[in-house]
Amino acid sequence: MTFERLLDDLIRDTVHVSLPAFIAELIVCATIVILLLGRLFGTDRIVTPRWVAIVGATLAFAASIGQFGEVFASGRSPIEHTALFTGLLIHDPLTVYMRILLCGFLVLMTWLTAVSGIPDREDGPDFHTLLFGSTLGALLMAQSNNLLMLFLAVEMTSVPGYVLVGFQKGRRQSGEAALKYLVYGAGAAGVLLYGTSLVAGTLGTASLAEIAMRMPSVVGINAGPLASPAERTIVLGSLFIFAGLAFKLALVPFHFWCPDAFEGASAEIAGFLSVAPKAAAFALLVRVVQSLFGADSGPIEDLRHAFGIGLAVVSALTMTLGNLAAFGQSNVKRLFAYSTIAHAGYLLMGVAAWMVAGGEAGLRGLEGLFYYLAVYVFMNLGAFAIIAIIRNATFSEEIDDYAGLWARMPIVCGGMAVCCLSLIGIWPAGGFIGKFMVFAASLSAGWVSPVMWALVAAAAINTVWSLFYYARVLRAMYLESPTDSDRLEEIEASPFANALVLALTIPVLLLGVFVEPLSRVTAFVARSIVG
Amino acid sequence: MSPAFLLSLIVFLPAFGAVCLLGFNRNNPRGMRSFAVTVTGVVFVLTLFPLLPMYFGATPGMHGIRLAVDEPWIGSWNIRYQLGLDGLSLPFLLLTSLLCFLAMLASWSVGKQIKGYLILFLLLETGMLGVFVALDFFLFYVLFEVMLLPMYFLIGFWGGPRKEYAAIKFFLYTLVGSVLMLIALLMVYFASGQGTAAPSFDLLTLATIGQGRADGDYAGLTFSQTFQLTGFALLFAAFAIKLPSVPFHTWLPDAHVEAPTPISMLLAGVLLKVGGYGLLRVAYPLFPHGAQVLSWLVVALGVISILYGALVAMAQTDLKRMVAYSSVSHMGYVLLGLGVWAMGDAGTIGRDHWRLGVNGAVFMMIAHGLISAGMFFVVGVLYDRVHHRNIDEFGHILGRMPIYSGLALGLFFAGLGMPGMAGFIGEIFVLLSSWNFSPTMAVLAALGMILTAAYFLSMIQRVYLGPRYIGPHPEGLSFALTKREGGIAATLLVLSIALGVYPKLALNVTEPALRRFVDNVDAGAEAARKSDVPQRTARNVR
Repeated sequence: MTFERLLDDLIRDTVHVSLPAFIAELIVCATIVILLLGRLFGTDRIVTPRWVAIVGATLAFAASIGQFGEVFASGRSPIEHTALFTGLLIHDPLTVYMRILLCGFLVLMTWLTAVSGIPDREDGPDFHTLLFGSTLGALLMAQSNNLLMLFLAVEMTSVPGYVLVGFQKGRRQSGEAALKYLVYGAGAAGVLLYGTSLVAGTLGTASLAEIAMRMPSVVGINAGPLASPAERTIVLGSLFIFAGLAFKLALVPFHFWCPDAFEGASAEIAGFLSVAPKAAAFALLVRVVQSLFGADSGPIEDLRHAFGIGLAVVSALTMTLGNLAAFGQSNVKRLFAYSTIAHAGYLLMGVAAWMVAGGEAGLRGLEGLFYYLAVYVFMNLGAFAIIAIIRNATFSEEIDDYAGLWARMPIVCGGMAVCCLSLIGIWPAGGFIGKFMVFAASLSAGWVSPVMWALVAAAAINTVWSLFYYARVLRAMYLESPTDSDRLEEIEASPFANALVLALTIPVLLLGVFVEPLSRVTAFVARSIVG
Repeated sequence: MSPAFLLSLIVFLPAFGAVCLLGFNRNNPRGMRSFAVTVTGVVFVLTLFPLLPMYFGATPGMHGIRLAVDEPWIGSWNIRYQLGLDGLSLPFLLLTSLLCFLAMLASWSVGKQIKGYLILFLLLETGMLGVFVALDFFLFYVLFEVMLLPMYFLIGFWGGPRKEYAAIKFFLYTLVGSVLMLIALLMVYFASGQGTAAPSFDLLTLATIGQGRADGDYAGLTFSQTFQLTGFALLFAAFAIKLPSVPFHTWLPDAHVEAPTPISMLLAGVLLKVGGYGLLRVAYPLFPHGAQVLSWLVVALGVISILYGALVAMAQTDLKRMVAYSSVSHMGYVLLGLGVWAMGDAGTIGRDHWRLGVNGAVFMMIAHGLISAGMFFVVGVLYDRVHHRNIDEFGHILGRMPIYSGLALGLFFAGLGMPGMAGFIGEIFVLLSSWNFSPTMAVLAALGMILTAAYFLSMIQRVYLGPRYIGPHPEGLSFALTKREGGIAATLLVLSIALGVYPKLALNVTEPALRRFVDNVDAGAEAARKSDVPQRTARNVR
């Protein structure tokens, strides 16, 4: 094979296979470039940057929706896992699913920034560049097929995130939060990088697909658990990778940055950080687990078990700590930051159940995880969007200042009721279905290891406990009378804000009632990962 | 009308009405009220349809279900939209729709934010009606949850001085119950999926598995003894909270007292019955062995509830609180009636006695639904006039408001279990059957009847008799009973007398279903007892 031939193949592959599948990301990139050039040539004075952002996000979303049929219309037949860009990325149902979720999320996010007026016009290009950059990183996280790509994608998501947290210049709290986030993030990135290098060094490859193939040749060669040095290195590397991802997911004990960063950042950014990087990190976690522990050999399955049980313990700790800490908060943003931590715990139940149970029963865990993620996009962004809208109206993010708001902002408060309902997990909100699925998967995984039953019990207790603080928000909004009723007189939500709230909360209810379509898709996605 | 359409219409018409109410002008309370009353009235008429010969005369299906509806809902999880009526659910459906209609009429006293009130009320009605017709465990569960949030707001927003505390307490207790139920639900779901059989939420199929008489795909599948014990314990806790039984009862006095009158009527009249209905529909049929083994617990909690509720009621000075504790006491009879299932070495001892007890328990729930709603209503009428409920500050109401007092005394006498009225029939059925289980328990429960009479009579004496009214706002007593108020109280009183004089009105409907229930559950427990090690015990799904 000549060099020329190789080059030809590479170009053909890139142009005909990789780039078309990558169209949504390209649109995101193009939007970033347009935003930056706009600043250079001064066109941002003519065209509002937020419109550029909304159009860009919508186009990316449309492109990702276009791929839906291509992947899922094939029905139950196994579809190809196409490797893109010489195997750095992978194009499979999970990629498409996450792409739709994240691009849809980006559309809602840009809509939210347009409604809430953060950023102002002057800062628009910068802000949206960072937002799109971070989303691009999240998109790459969800489809990375290589340890190097994994690290780059995680960093690409994180670095704009640090800046976004500190975006409100001159606000001390923001700066402090950004610094805290940055320091933690840098530490976690180092750990992650170390973990990937251990794994890549031991197995001689960074490709996740290759890793999956080479694992059986390293693990379980000698008798006894962790008998060979190579095996120990792999386990150590995996632990470090998990720790790095746990930082992105704000799992206990890597959660410390989360409440501070959320409180310091604007509510919009808190909403963004609570959804996009987390959703992507879950997809990435699933990919890493499948690559490291997906092989059908006894010793590897034992490892998967052990890590699954470890994740179950982390999950129980995360939800418990998140819920307990949320109880004492008086700042709504901080309260929902802890609620986000708790939800990472519930979501992790799905992954843990999958790893512990394996097989058909395990697939239900993944199915539940993906379903939960879809609901989570709406309910969590919904909650933070409502906080932002209320902040614009009342200039406050304290629970006490929410007193009696429902009379002035009925749709916004109704939206909050739906979001809280969903976060608690009460039908007809979609959060119930997500929770139901991960509970079910964990319960059936309990036949393999009783730890999973303990996890279900912990999650059940947490569900009840979480009622307290979500109900506090609702109680303030609906049941308490305002202390200063004159102040409330002038408050009103704009029609755009109301429309956004409806766009965020109606899907939450629809996902609770019409479960079949999405659950079919998520089951398909789950199967494609393993199958 | 096809069954699917009729039952769906009954369940979802109130929710649809709630959506329509959104379009009303908030300054038109009269219009919104009439609309809401019309909706509840239409729903009541619709619930009478199943009594028509074309439906009621039809031969029931294999499991005694009429008007069966079975449509797929969430295919990948085998969750179905499955509804149906049998002799057990029909009386509760009628009770719910009637009480909703009457409570809606009683809602005239609710002044503030009438739109939100009516919307939540109608959503609540959908949840309540749905629970009684759902035959899919998942559907049952979600409709059970639908009742939570409307009730939280109805108590928390329109309630009395301690409304927020009462509302969150109600929410919390019920959520604990529903989480326990969720775990039991998932347990049976996975246990029923074995080999070729798809895991199922169908309560009827699950019951056949629990009773060891499953056929088709599920043939030979049973629930092991430990599994049945765990499952029954979880579900019993869930429903005992709802019922409520001592020691899970503390939410009830708070919720009932703080809730506005119509909501108290629904709480006492319908929501408590969901607990008893759940035991009969889910816990007993699915886990007969567990129910059998734990029957002493059911009986003991029943008797404790009867006595404790009555004693605490006796000590109350708040009229509404007294009525609330009387509910705790009366619900104890329901538990007692369900629990008196004596098992000897050779099988059930006196199955007819147990059947009598179960019939008594169901009759008790229907009677209590009417009577307690009526009692809360008459207390509410008095409260609307004098704005207090302190028993010691009343007196001479009989002289000031004779017609009202006549109706109120009638309802209170029904509540204390006067022969010839509905409450008596249920209590006496339960007492007669409990002798077979344990004479001691029967004696203690009978003592409860005396205590009940004691606190009711002493209350009547202090509130309705006496020389003069000594409390605040005496001028309020000069407002005579309106026709609307009189009509509501009279309807409930007439029904409780009718059921007391001619109990067959209800028994004719419930008896066949309960006979089937007792036979099946008994046979199921017997089967589980004999087969210590079933060949195909439901276990791991893998």
